[in-house]
Amino acid sequence: MKLTLNIWRQKTPSDAGHMERHELSDVSPDMSFLEMLDVLNEHLQVEGKDPVAFDHDCREGICGMCSLVINGTAHGPMKATTTCQLHMRSFKDGDTVDIEPFRAKAFPVVKDLTVDRSSFDRINEAGGFVSVNTGGAPDANALPIGKVEADKAMDAAACIGCGACVAACPNASAMLFVSAKIGHLAHLPQGQPERARRALNLVSTMDAEGFGNCRNYYECEAVCPKEIPIDFIAEMNRDWRSSVLKGGS
Amino acid sequence: MNWLLAALRSSLGRKMVVALTGLGLLGFVFAHLAGNLQVFLGREALNAYAQGLKDLGALLWVARLGLIAMFVTHVALALQLARENRAARPTRYVHGGVQQASPGSRSMVFTGVMILLFVAYHLAHFTFGAAHASHYAVGSDALGRHDVYGMVVAGFSEPLVVGLYVAAIAMLALHLSHGVQSVFQTLGLNGPRYEPIIKRTGCAIAVIVFVGNVSMPLAILMGLGPFSTGA
Repeated sequence: MKLTLNIWRQKTPSDAGHMERHELSDVSPDMSFLEMLDVLNEHLQVEGKDPVAFDHDCREGICGMCSLVINGTAHGPMKATTTCQLHMRSFKDGDTVDIEPFRAKAFPVVKDLTVDRSSFDRINEAGGFVSVNTGGAPDANALPIGKVEADKAMDAAACIGCGACVAACPNASAMLFVSAKIGHLAHLPQGQPERARRALNLVSTMDAEGFGNCRNYYECEAVCPKEIPIDFIAEMNRDWRSSVLKGGS
Repeated sequence: MNWLLAALRSSLGRKMVVALTGLGLLGFVFAHLAGNLQVFLGREALNAYAQGLKDLGALLWVARLGLIAMFVTHVALALQLARENRAARPTRYVHGGVQQASPGSRSMVFTGVMILLFVAYHLAHFTFGAAHASHYAVGSDALGRHDVYGMVVAGFSEPLVVGLYVAAIAMLALHLSHGVQSVFQTLGLNGPRYEPIIKRTGCAIAVIVFVGNVSMPLAILMGLGPFSTGA
């Protein structure tokens, strides 16, 4: 396959950045999108040029490290698929592919296609966990959890924190991510003691990080590689509302 | 009270206020529509209704101030949120595009500003008599009441005016097509079971508001009824 790639190049966080054109002629349809970029980088290194920086880690679709907005869609054209699990058979010979970083004030570009998503970490640090004193591990079934509730918690817990929701949102809002973190624990008994405080703290940290506000476009839901539904956003709104009234205790 | 102020300053709090004031304004849209549809009942009905509103006196001002407060809050907070949204993505995508965002959701700020401009024009037209002054100055009916019926018929006999009204009502309908269902999501009342009902209700309300409101200028312009300007 032959491809024309338009890739965002940006040397430093403060650099203005620009799109750079590359022709790649030895693309196999069986390559993953990231392997295609590896091939491009090998060519660039041989030519003595700076390789394209991009984020990746597990390449199995479970770590949330890969990103990229491919032809205007976060994680590219395949539904429910991370960029690392996207294969070149999703493209046609002769295609032009525009590759950009996830864009948000809260996700500043580090270099080229890599962005700093530590704002997500700070949101999690504000309460996206349960405080459990260490001790002996409890028996697996000591705490019964209904199947429906357990499934809902798992649906939310599927969030890998990649940030595609922010990248796809016209307002760069992080509502789907935050609602998944809140929703995951709100459906489990272990999450109850800190439930109200968690909702308030995660939302206020989200605001402070400079994400935009949700306008219910639901673009996040469409690109989420883990197909987290916007129902969790409604649940978060509900949780936050009652937490405010309860005083967050 | 600090907790309440803090909540109202947060993104979710302000969105909820926009949702609630929007719901209040939707109530006004329906009351206004129900009142105005009396134009189809003839001169007596509409003029009596208009005079009845004026006779409310102090109560009318309570309603007006409440309405103005909701309107100003809705517009001011929505514009503030929109400004933050723009700031949240300083660099635009070179290759843009949307997956499933509806036209209504994408044009909320535009349709909102258009509605704001229309409200100013509409008030100048039928309330203050500043725009197309001849329409407002139709005089009084046989009972000495302001001839609101004659004013409306005179106003909607001009194709340009009717065109403006229909376009503005289309903006309002598009705004509501997203706004109504958005209220439920923002207030946390949405869920997988209600979502289809909420979406359909939102669209139905937009259609009712559109059809109801355009029926009056179009019927008058096309002469579909015994409309006449003379008292």
